[in-house]
Amino acid sequence: MSVLRVRGLRHRYPDGTQALEGVDFELDAGECVAVLGANGSGKTTFVLHLNGLLEGEGSIEVCGIPVRKENLKQVRAKVGLVFQDSDEQLFMPTVLEDVAFGPMNFGIPPDQAIAGSRKALEQVGMGEAIRKAPYHLSGGEKRRVALAGVLVMNPEILVLDEPTTSLDPPAQRELLRLLRSLPQSKLVVTHDVALARGLASRAVFFEHGRIAAEGSVDEIAERFNWTPQSVSLDHR
Amino acid sequence: MHHVVVEQWSRARSPLHRREPRAKLGALLAFLIAVSTSDARAQPAFAAYAVLLGAAILASRLPAAALLRRAALVLPFSATFALITWWSGDPWRALALAEKSFLSGLAALLLIATTPVTDLMRGLEALRVPRMLILVIQFLYRYLFVISEQAQHMRLAAASRSGWRFRSAAGALAVLFARASERADGIYRAMLARGFSGRFPAFSRPHFHTADVVFLCASVSASAAIRLAL
Repeated sequence: MSVLRVRGLRHRYPDGTQALEGVDFELDAGECVAVLGANGSGKTTFVLHLNGLLEGEGSIEVCGIPVRKENLKQVRAKVGLVFQDSDEQLFMPTVLEDVAFGPMNFGIPPDQAIAGSRKALEQVGMGEAIRKAPYHLSGGEKRRVALAGVLVMNPEILVLDEPTTSLDPPAQRELLRLLRSLPQSKLVVTHDVALARGLASRAVFFEHGRIAAEGSVDEIAERFNWTPQSVSLDHR
Repeated sequence: MHHVVVEQWSRARSPLHRREPRAKLGALLAFLIAVSTSDARAQPAFAAYAVLLGAAILASRLPAAALLRRAALVLPFSATFALITWWSGDPWRALALAEKSFLSGLAALLLIATTPVTDLMRGLEALRVPRMLILVIQFLYRYLFVISEQAQHMRLAAASRSGWRFRSAAGALAVLFARASERADGIYRAMLARGFSGRFPAFSRPHFHTADVVFLCASVSASAAIRLAL
């Protein structure tokens, strides 16, 4: 069963840049798909449409709900978006308040929101940090708190934009282990083929605002020469 | 960063921290009215206001020297006007101008240093301050972090290349605001993605206790007494 259905999605930025040129995409329940592609190919623009942060032409349905202005609250409860830059996602004075921000906006009573936030923080291994200020955390800790802020809302679809950026290898492994344990459908925008291989059963490749190809991560990586080895060879 | 320190102070524990935000806002308002309407020649009154604030600083258990240093940030602005007033032949008014601005700044600082910003905004909301105004204050406060962080990054980058010169600093200011604006857009998008609909959630609702009523009455009476008696 499909939890996300995108048809003919186009987006043009106010400066005239055509970022998306008719994207068709489907995500099944429990599936994890890696979104690969060069910088500026439209990956982030695409995911920002999934919970209505950007508006374009075409249609998007999340769990059967069309992404429209009147449905945004329902849609945003179903699509949890973890941003590329964790600093943009952490804006409340303490970690606990930040994680509880989402559920309380959706009308969950404070005591339940606090209990849920503690649980989500435990889940990502940040249970000890509840009273800390987000700006005192390391890059990896910020990333985990940002993930907790999304997990606490128990979304049906988890969208992660470059989740391993600024993480050291042990933190990357830990994140991979954590993401594998989550039952949600996942869409992972990444340049990290190792992460994509470890997580996704399918990959799509964005080029000039379109999905140029889809297949297994290995097929896509090979077809587009999308591996760290190929980068080092190019630079020799 | 100044506001990071103040944010940490606001989460400390003391009798003043425990007071309900509305009681502290009421006390601040009474104090500001008393100070601003005091006669320029009533110097004993200014000394008494300073003693009153000294007692509040003691009750807050915050570092007095650091508080006074931060409150003194208002002095360069008020000193300019005080100097002009002095040259125009009114030294008492000039002195009172500097004293009033410093005491007012210190009192306001004491309020935000003893009240977490979310509680303070909840207090304002309970006092029926327009929601739009509260929202503007909250965003302004949040984006202070954004701007200062960007400024620190740019300063480091400039220092690592050629040093920090006035001419380059002037140009960098425009870039700083452009970058901060971009970052602010990102933060707002992240807030929308998590269901933000114009109101910052708070864990608890404000409740007035007997101690808050006593605090409010005592502080308003003290400010009024100084204003009327000295």
